[in-house]
Amino acid sequence: MTKILKIKDLRKIYHTKRDETLAVDNFSFTMSDGEFVAIVGPSGCGKSTILSILCGLEEKTDGEIKFRENTKIGYMLQQDSLFEWRTVLDNCLLGLEINHNLNEETKNYVLKLLNTYGLSNFSNSYPPNLSGGMRQRVALIRTLATNPDILLLDEPFSALDYQTRLAVSDDVFKIIKSEGKSVIMVTHDLAEAISMADRIIILSKRPATIKKIFNIELTDKSTPINNRKAKEFAHYYELIWKEIDYHV
Amino acid sequence: MYSLEHQQYLKKIKRHNFLVRLTQLSIITLFIILWQVLADYRLINTFITSSPKHIIKTIINLHQTHNLYNHILITIYETIISFALGTMIGIVVATILWWNRFIAKVIDPYLTILNSLPKVALGPIIIIWVGAAMDSIIVMALLISVIITIIDIYHGFNSVNPIKLKLMQSFKATKRQIYFKLLLPSNFSNIISTLKINISMSLIGVIMGEFLVSKQGIGYLIMYGSQVFNLDLVMSGIIILCIIAAIMYYLVLYVEKRLTKY
Repeated sequence: MTKILKIKDLRKIYHTKRDETLAVDNFSFTMSDGEFVAIVGPSGCGKSTILSILCGLEEKTDGEIKFRENTKIGYMLQQDSLFEWRTVLDNCLLGLEINHNLNEETKNYVLKLLNTYGLSNFSNSYPPNLSGGMRQRVALIRTLATNPDILLLDEPFSALDYQTRLAVSDDVFKIIKSEGKSVIMVTHDLAEAISMADRIIILSKRPATIKKIFNIELTDKSTPINNRKAKEFAHYYELIWKEIDYHV
Repeated sequence: MYSLEHQQYLKKIKRHNFLVRLTQLSIITLFIILWQVLADYRLINTFITSSPKHIIKTIINLHQTHNLYNHILITIYETIISFALGTMIGIVVATILWWNRFIAKVIDPYLTILNSLPKVALGPIIIIWVGAAMDSIIVMALLISVIITIIDIYHGFNSVNPIKLKLMQSFKATKRQIYFKLLLPSNFSNIISTLKINISMSLIGVIMGEFLVSKQGIGYLIMYGSQVFNLDLVMSGIIILCIIAAIMYYLVLYVEKRLTKY
């Protein structure tokens, strides 16, 4: 399989007037096309920082990041942050508008996505009229609209309650797989990571370095909700739990 | 058709609202009657307090002999001009400050001082520089409304949801795109409520300006009345001013309702 991303010795230092903080250190890994990688670690360890750097929102201090040529990146944030003054369709078109890529063809692609994922009846509604799960789907379609090759998901379900979260992660997973995207997902939810990812990177507490990488191999791997029933699930949970420095 | 309980509930609300209105009306009616009765029985000195009858007579007199409507229109005109200018300049300056952090930081202490300075203190200077005419009234009112407008709108721009901002940046949006696609629409209600404050600020400024220089306008009527000790005129001016202020406020409220429909 071709490699879509190579990271070598990534390092990030935050400067404030009083202090400097080493947030990420010695972070290297390679990712194949179509892979689903989850990054887990104790809260505040710098997981989100890594995504922000990959997306170009923050500068790295040191190290090398190499995407395969012409790789387009999509970023999905903790909250759906839909614009309440735009309709569902206009929200989905936001990225295309900004990149001056809005034309008949790209618009049709978005309409097709809305249609495929059960939102065509709502394309002229405003976000406050949508349920939490639907809003999350709209946010995903907004990210997919620019047709990215790799998706960066920053705790995408953390704002949802538990039941919705299960259903939505199942939903989002199916959409991502059927669109054939590579994914890096940051989460603090171990079960979510195991049920969705092919590989899990475990980070130490700050400064974030790679503590261990697990390949997740489940029998009858299918959708996240089903994966939770796999017999290896509890085993992985146990293994990963031991690796993470949770402090109460 | 609603259930019996719901009908009773609706009736209760209606009754409550009616009582509030009735009490409001009773207070003003009682006040006017009491004022008039005290005046009729010479328990108060109408030379100092005037009376409702005198006020009505004065307004009718103004209407017949002098240019009542001219005074009203002048005051409204000055208020609207300074309101429009204040709003425009306020939004433009706030935009510049948001656009350029350096300018914002440099200008911050000046804004703070200007904001806490009672602008009426600048009245004499304005009269000397701009001249004792309508222009200096508008400048006066503008000064009062524009600083607070800049501060409020700039504050609104800065308190835009950081995650939405991050979203725009993740799409590699330019500053211009962030401004037009996120900042302006998300600040819409904030801007409207600034306008509400602004319209009354402008009116305050105009009346203050008219106290200082003018030969026309409601502020002039009140000032002139007090100088010749004609309290009927002063009270009439205040009553007219109350009505103008109320109408302007409800006009902005109406515009707000029409515009915030999504």
